[in-house]
Parts: sequence; C-alpha cells; structure tokens
Amino acid sequence: MADEAPFQLLHSEVIQYIYKSAEGETESGRNVTKLENIGFRVGQGLIERLTKDTARFKDELDIMKFICKDFWTCVFKKQIDNLRTNHQGIYVLQDNKFGLLSHLSVGKQYMEHAPKYLAFTCGLVRGALSNLGVKSIVTSEVSVMPSCKFQVMIQKA
Amino acid sequence: MAVCIAVIAKENYPLYIRSVPTQNELKFHYTVHTSLDVVEEKISAVGKALGDQRELYLGLLYPTEDYKVYGYVTNSKVKFVIVVDSSNTSLRDNEIRSMFRKLHNSFTDVMCNPFHNPGDTIQSKAFDGIVSGMMVQTA
Repeated sequence: MADEAPFQLLHSEVIQYIYKSAEGETESGRNVTKLENIGFRVGQGLIERLTKDTARFKDELDIMKFICKDFWTCVFKKQIDNLRTNHQGIYVLQDNKFGLLSHLSVGKQYMEHAPKYLAFTCGLVRGALSNLGVKSIVTSEVSVMPSCKFQVMIQKA
Repeated sequence: MAVCIAVIAKENYPLYIRSVPTQNELKFHYTVHTSLDVVEEKISAVGKALGDQRELYLGLLYPTEDYKVYGYVTNSKVKFVIVVDSSNTSLRDNEIRSMFRKLHNSFTDVMCNPFHNPGDTIQSKAFDGIVSGMMVQTA
C-alpha cells in the first residue's frame, strides 16, 4: 500500500508544523482546532467525490455505514471494526488498529500526544457528515494505543 | 441542448445559474426557483414509495409550455437543474442523464479545489466551459 505512507508522513508533518508555528502560545486547544478545521475541509471535498456514484442514502444509519465502510477504506485502507449506536443520535466508531496511531509506540508513554493525532480525523468525519446534511460533534478517545474510538453526536436541528 | 443550467446549494440559494443570453433571464430564475418545490417533493418521497427511487437523477420535474425542466440532486443535497426547450424533441432521457453526470463530475472538481470555499458561488473556468458546451449555441 504505497499511498498510505505519504499520507501518514504528510499528516505528521502538518501536526509538526502547526505545533511549531504556534510555539510560545499558551492556548494549546487552538492547535487541535486548527487540525480539526483542516480535516473538516478535506472531509467535505472527499465525501463529495466518494458519493458521486452511490445511490441516495435512506437515513442517518445508512450514512454512518457508508462512513464506516467506504469512507474509512478510502482514507485508512480498512473498515471501522465496530459501530455502535443508541439509535438516538449517538454513534461510536471503534478502530482497533488506527492507521495514524500505528507508528506511535504501544503503551502509555505517548498517551498525551494522542489527541493531536486524532483531531484531523475528527474533523474529517465531521466535514463528511456536514456535507451530507448531518450536523454533528465528533470527539475521540484512546484507551490502549493503536485502538481508538470516535464518538459522533448528531445535532438535531 | 439546454437553455438554462443552474446549481442550487443545500440551503436553496443559487450557486451558479446561466441561461442563454437572448432571452429573459429573470424568467429562467423564476422557472428554476419553482422547480425546487418539485425537487423537494421527489426527495422526500424516497423510502416511502414502493418503487424505491434512490437514483441521483430525478428525471423530468415538470414541463411548461415552452420548456422542460430536469432535476438532479447530489448526496450532499446540491441541486442541479437543466431547462431545455420543449421544441427540442430529439433530446433523449439518456442524453440529459449524461449531461447531469458531466455537470456533477465538474462540480466535484470544483468542490475539491482547495481554493474554493464550500457554499460560495462557483467561479471556476473549467466549470464554465463544461456548462457552455451544454448550452444552446446562439450564433
């Protein structure tokens, strides 16, 4: 999978760049927001391209399934391992071997750095959903290193 | 060939509208505006109707005396509307379909352009070119 490596490298480099250029600033939340916004724009464009030849979606769950299968495969070359929902607008997407974390060492050592490696993807999902007409809040959490969970909260209008 | 081509955003404001310059532009704006209701109706029928119509192409929206209006909705709820002259009977459904396809392809390229802000009006030359190719050539 030759196209995976450049994406990972670029992704790490973007994080590097954003954190370097904001050195000295006290607010660290701003960097994560920046990454999230980059992801948002990418997600918007990407979903436009991916859904070009698919049939119209029936409902929200249909959209989420598309994100878990086709969208995830396109970006990370694998599907989401587990999708859970409470059928009331909360979806939890679990990836047992998340590509953007796979090059960090397993264990607790780099746990504090995990959020910045997930921010872009959070934005990616949020952007994709927003372009499909679903407003959402996406958060992420890591418990054991290469696996992570994304929680998608749908905002009802 | 088309006499008017329009792209309408998710929130129902025009992203792009172009008609043949020889005729009353306002009339086309009106025609396209009117068609939005029909589009809405067709989308909301998805899932309820037996013949589950989940294709992006919506087909003929409605005919008026002089024109036929065709619609297409992307998954991101952006609408494309093509107005053709009724007198032009040679135009097949398939051709309309392929026109929409082309339009959608080009629109995707516009959306993926990092210099384009989603939600802004379309100012792409490439998109303009595609649309020009589909319009009636007025000598």
